[in-house]
Amino acid sequence: MSEELLRVCDLHVCFSIWGQKVHALRGINFSLRKGEILGIAGESGCGKSVAAKAIMRLLPSHCSTIPQGQIFYEGQDLLTLDETKMRRVRGRQIAMIFQDPMTSLNPTKPIGVQVMEGYRLHHPKTSDREARQNAIELLRQVGIPQPEERLSAYPHMFSGGMRQRAMIALAIASEPQILLADEPTTALDVTIQAQILALLKKIALEKGTSIILITHDLSVIASMCDRVAIMYAGKIVEEAPVDELFAEPRHPYTRGLLHSIPRLDTPRDHPLVPIEGRPPNLSMPFTGCAFCPRCSSALRVCTSQEPPSLQASKDHRVACWQEYKT
Amino acid sequence: MNLSPELLLPLKTREQIPQEDAVAGISYWKESFRRLRANRLALLGIALLGFLSLLAIFGPMLSSYTHYDMHLPLKNSPPSAQFIFGTDELGRDMFTRTCCGARISLFVGITAALLDLLIGVTVGSLAGCIGGKFDETVMRSVDIIYSIPHLLVVIMLMVIMGPGIITIIIALTFTGWIGMARIVRGQILQLKQLDFIRAAEALGASRTRILLRHLIPNAMGPILATMTLTIPTAIFAEAFLSFLGLGVQAPAASWGSMASTGIYAMRFYPWRLFVPATFISLTMLCFNLVGDGIRDAFDPRLRT
Amino acid sequence: MTPPLISIEGLRVHFTSGKRCLKAVDGISLSLEEGETLGLVGESGCGKSTTGKAVLRLEHPTGGRVLFRGRDLAKMSSKELSAFRRESQIIFQDPYASLNPRMTAGDIIAEPLDIHRLERGAARLVRIHELLQLVGLSPHHASRFPHEFSGGQRQRIGIARALAVRPRFIVCDEPISALDVSVQAQIINLLKALQEEMGIAYLFITHDLRVVKYLSKNIAVMYLGHIVECAPTEELYKNPSHPYTQALLAAIPLPDPVQERRRTRIVLNEEVPSAFSPPPGCVFCTRCPLAQPICHTERPAMRQVGPQHFAACHFSKLRTPMSLT
Repeated sequence: MSEELLRVCDLHVCFSIWGQKVHALRGINFSLRKGEILGIAGESGCGKSVAAKAIMRLLPSHCSTIPQGQIFYEGQDLLTLDETKMRRVRGRQIAMIFQDPMTSLNPTKPIGVQVMEGYRLHHPKTSDREARQNAIELLRQVGIPQPEERLSAYPHMFSGGMRQRAMIALAIASEPQILLADEPTTALDVTIQAQILALLKKIALEKGTSIILITHDLSVIASMCDRVAIMYAGKIVEEAPVDELFAEPRHPYTRGLLHSIPRLDTPRDHPLVPIEGRPPNLSMPFTGCAFCPRCSSALRVCTSQEPPSLQASKDHRVACWQEYKT
Repeated sequence: MNLSPELLLPLKTREQIPQEDAVAGISYWKESFRRLRANRLALLGIALLGFLSLLAIFGPMLSSYTHYDMHLPLKNSPPSAQFIFGTDELGRDMFTRTCCGARISLFVGITAALLDLLIGVTVGSLAGCIGGKFDETVMRSVDIIYSIPHLLVVIMLMVIMGPGIITIIIALTFTGWIGMARIVRGQILQLKQLDFIRAAEALGASRTRILLRHLIPNAMGPILATMTLTIPTAIFAEAFLSFLGLGVQAPAASWGSMASTGIYAMRFYPWRLFVPATFISLTMLCFNLVGDGIRDAFDPRLRT
Repeated sequence: MTPPLISIEGLRVHFTSGKRCLKAVDGISLSLEEGETLGLVGESGCGKSTTGKAVLRLEHPTGGRVLFRGRDLAKMSSKELSAFRRESQIIFQDPYASLNPRMTAGDIIAEPLDIHRLERGAARLVRIHELLQLVGLSPHHASRFPHEFSGGQRQRIGIARALAVRPRFIVCDEPISALDVSVQAQIINLLKALQEEMGIAYLFITHDLRVVKYLSKNIAVMYLGHIVECAPTEELYKNPSHPYTQALLAAIPLPDPVQERRRTRIVLNEEVPSAFSPPPGCVFCTRCPLAQPICHTERPAMRQVGPQHFAACHFSKLRTPMSLT
């Protein structure tokens, strides 16, 4: 069992929008081991992006609070660090890539300049020539052809896939231990998506970077991740090694999701069974399990008490009262 | 933990899956007004403008003096219990004259803004909607009109029509509608890209219907905001022209003409300048605050 | 023989700005029968949305013809065009932009009735409620505004609006791409049920090969303004013939980690050529793993490679079909 790199304990995040309090994260626990690719999957509004931004301490401070929780990295709680210390972690040891590379890259600066700047931030004493060489090497590693010429190109001259590669180059410039990828391929065509995912896998393998991959697409999870956590309404409802989750999903939401997604390998008349209803409004208080109103196997206790995370088998945790029964 | 066995029985009855039923129908207008009400500065502006309007309407009626009565022995007297704002160089009551000035300013401002609205929205929406050569022709003509120096137009009109309020309003409207037309055109060009316009086309809606039911209602926010911001511009323009002597003539009281005579006496009788100047500034400030508030309240991007 | 409901012949839609010409759609031919679904699949920029809009005359074709029940749309009088608009509708991708934020759901749904002066007064209200229930909403939703609904519900409102005039044909332009995964299934099932009940034909435009098969009888694959392959659904997935289709299918991940590990990938090199200057010869030649010299000079014609199965490749006949894994 490889060592634990990052551990998130009972993390709560609360947003205040137009006077209303939205409980985006209601206590999540997970850990990332060295060299593994952890997937966090869920639909929009489940809190997965919020979790990533919380780890990087990138949540807007004027409208969000972290009332409870700890994020342990290398023995320190990231939430207690002051901004200067956090900046040494952010981007250097924990890097992040986002969904839309067009808005995450500075459109007024050439790609080469941005990569060199990124590199220099964490290796301040490099000469111009050295920084340039490193930038070219980074662009080559992420698969951008003719990197020497591309250095002076601007983001808008690149295609979507290229921009994403450039963003990945920026992220790995400092050789981070952890890479947070927030829906990195959602905005890309499927053939480009395959390339970017292959690139991420290559980085994980060659550089030993651990990756947290956040996505709504369970198929991407299946093709990339070692372990996966399914989120719903601000909580992790199931967490397991990827083979086990797909073979034996234990939470009704996970099962519902797997039955409702269109897949390539099933026949045409295979029915798609949607999950009726909608996720709860997190600005209004509710009791019991968040999934109960939509759950076909609800028990009486589900309306009044929220299920804790129970151990289903080694490495497989489920937050469901059905698990308590067995 | 220990759970009693009956809690682990399946849930038989439960209320209907909350059919995603949200809050009761809040229309776009109500939502925007709610946001406006939450904006303290805008509310302050509205309150002050309300007070000013009351002054304008009732001030001269309640005052025991008219704006042209002269009390020569009491000329240039400072503010007192008898003359709340003092008197000017001809002994006229500053308070009554200020209230009459308010009438003029508000009338000019609002009328000019309404005319700008009418002409600007019509031209702008036709240009944006029809597009092509028509749009090009209109916008280039607009550019030409815009480049004529404003003051020249005013002077020409004064010569032709003689000085007075109507002349000022026409002079202001001559080029004032252009800003509104440009904004409306811009909004319409932007909205035309949106899917719901395509949908209306696909449904077979006529161009008129699309313009009146879809485009203009969705451009209302910037239209209202522009209108509210046109008013202070008009008020200032009138004050400025009157200051230069090109506007309202004696004995009618305009803040601009009051300030004009007040400047020479500033050292000895400061209230004669400060009273009209303060009123001009305050009124413009209030309209600006309200205009900003309206723009923010109607901005779709600020929605959650 | 009754002509097909929709017939597209050599359709070309070019956008010119100054000297540059964007060949969004460059000569495609398709047909759609009553009550059936034709899936139009391709990645971004391939021209599928433009095709959908051109069929409804929301874009003007630069060349070629679109025939509705055998009548050329370009030659229709305004009265005939109005009748056409009553029989053909469109559902858009973005549920947030496709509804007028200032109108209530009821007014949005009833707009086609108002435009074509169909139901009025009490009958109008009845029809609104009928349509709301048809798409799985309730009558009291009629007085709500779009911003009060979820994405899935807004899409339902868009569908209800399209159904108001009892169309024979609906262009579905990426109707579920912007929706959550668990809601996608709801909308797919709804569209399927409506087709079975009302016999509506769909032109189902999407980039997602996982989704299109649930509704489509036939599928056409587009790339850079051209159709590269066209086949009945089962046939396309079982025996994809064009290298692009094969690469597409190979690139789509499966929700099955065991299978995923076993799969072989076909890697295409990155750059999609610009639609301003497509390559001469076969449009796919710059990325095709099988490209030969002839591919760069001669554009391949659509050849039959199987039962009702056509592909535009010089080598389609010679290659053995590939399965998924």
